[in-house]
Amino acid sequence: MSVLHLVNASPFESAALSRCLARAGEGDAVLLLENGVYGALTGCRFSREVAEAAAWLDIRVLAPDLRARGLCASSLLQTLGQVDYDGFVELAVRHELSLTWT
Amino acid sequence: MVGALIMKFVIQIDASPHEAQAANTAYQFIKAALANGHHILLVFFYYDGVCNAQVSSFAGKDDLSGRWSALAREHGLDLVLCVSAAQRRGLVSAEGKDQGLLAPGFRIGGLGQWVDACLKADRILTFTS
Repeated sequence: MSVLHLVNASPFESAALSRCLARAGEGDAVLLLENGVYGALTGCRFSREVAEAAAWLDIRVLAPDLRARGLCASSLLQTLGQVDYDGFVELAVRHELSLTWT
Repeated sequence: MVGALIMKFVIQIDASPHEAQAANTAYQFIKAALANGHHILLVFFYYDGVCNAQVSSFAGKDDLSGRWSALAREHGLDLVLCVSAAQRRGLVSAEGKDQGLLAPGFRIGGLGQWVDACLKADRILTFTS
């Protein structure tokens, strides 16, 4: 069974994203939301880890939370897809389990 | 086709709307799920999440308790507060009764309802800070 991992904490203040990426399995998806969207930034100390994970793991970012924080496409890792709330629901439908990382 | 599947969701909310975005995210998720034809069997408010139910005398139009009430009215949502969490935060009496602090549409319950709904659900999501 595949898992939708929800990460809502900024990687600048929490190890949730790192721990999530270490535990996620093939076929899982990760959604970065709320302050978790900072995990999609390029040029940061964790960017490489996220980019490498994105090569085999479906990592998405919640677009309304990017907009709320004024983050534009040029500051983000280009390989991560964006979703809105409908896309969030779709991810929840596609994966049998969900796990909220804190 | 995955997009055409209709699912039964249960949602747990563990954060107060005053100090974290989680409850608002849950609200937006539920609205989108309903708009896509899915069913929400239960929204369970646990820990500081019970504060979502509190009517504030100085709330503006962004007040989340009012928006929960409206959504519950419109879609017949079951909004359940954990009685123990609500008692600890002074929202309900020691006997577990509403003292007039709860917004319309919320009811007092317990983990029994949560477990029961989880057994019937296709998907379970937790929103926390």
